[in-house]
Amino acid sequence: MRARLTVLLAGAAMLVLAVVGVRALIHLPGAGDVAHPYGARAVAAAFHHATANAVMSVTLDQRGFDTLGEEFVLLAAAVGTVLLLRELTAEREEEAAHTYGPEDVFEAVRLAGYVLLPVTLLVGGYVVVHGHLTPGGGFQGGTVLATGLYLAYLAADYRALDRLRPPGVFDAAEGLGAFAYVAVGVGGLLAGSGFLADWLPWGQLGKPLSAGTVPLLNIAIGIEVGSAFVLVVAKFLEQALTVPEQAAEEG
Amino acid sequence: MLSWLPYAVAGWIFLVGCYGLVTSRHLVHTVVCLNVVQSSTYLLLLAVGWTRGGTAPIFGDIGRSRAVADPLVQAMTLTDIVVGAAVTALLLALTIQIAKRRGTVDPRALRSFEQESEE
Repeated sequence: MRARLTVLLAGAAMLVLAVVGVRALIHLPGAGDVAHPYGARAVAAAFHHATANAVMSVTLDQRGFDTLGEEFVLLAAAVGTVLLLRELTAEREEEAAHTYGPEDVFEAVRLAGYVLLPVTLLVGGYVVVHGHLTPGGGFQGGTVLATGLYLAYLAADYRALDRLRPPGVFDAAEGLGAFAYVAVGVGGLLAGSGFLADWLPWGQLGKPLSAGTVPLLNIAIGIEVGSAFVLVVAKFLEQALTVPEQAAEEG
Repeated sequence: MLSWLPYAVAGWIFLVGCYGLVTSRHLVHTVVCLNVVQSSTYLLLLAVGWTRGGTAPIFGDIGRSRAVADPLVQAMTLTDIVVGAAVTALLLALTIQIAKRRGTVDPRALRSFEQESEE
């Protein structure tokens, strides 16, 4: 009864939303036919700073300060997740009680994991450091790097993964990445142009060393995002694999 | 012709996600529905930035005179995706805690904040 009432109420609200949405749509200029004054100016600014990837120029150069906030949103979420999923004393892992990973994995999957691990790490690094030239950047590359690490879990087991990511290293790396971003910004202050200004020499468009501070910021973000994803996924895996079922049910 | 279609699809995805949120019987499903709602905003932003005949705003191998999609809204979409991932991780962590504390992940069984005394 109550569930039906909820659906009815929500349905009415969604109907109103749909009607208002259609009315708003009618007055929008059609997709593809709009002039983009801000886009045109963003492209001009990207060319001025010799950044081939205009999206990265907007993200890390023109809106660098906003991206600082975005980075700290990610940092806060990662810290919050780690805090929420910390091991309580009641659910300490018991050595013998559980398995440590995919034991019944096909050999082909294992082989694919081993082969893909170095490839993924290489691609991730490439995506991070070429963020100012080609599609990609710190956020995308960091995620690829973190994925690479979890191929080790598929290929081997949880213990191997544990050796690959020693505790503390990624905690420190995450903070270091966030700090490096701020440090590059402060470098702008010291160089006399302003916080997060593109204060390094811009170079020539399309060359690996161009776009001023954008590659540096990309690397800082890559480190931070990669570590954040490693930490968060590690916590979820820990919950699934090492916290005994019993404690989870009683806790 | 059909230049309103991307907006309509974005609205449709938004409403479908809302329907899922309202009728959800499992918190993980709820989180996924929230992701569906959010993906409508990606589509809306990209539709706004699309230029007829335009290509990606990456100037490594194209000239400056080429028509390109608006890089500004694409950068905003990137922010959108990053925040979405962060929110999803946090909500899933909360779901695990709720499953542990309340023994259920059905939103309808979680009416009040008090812990039910089962023993």
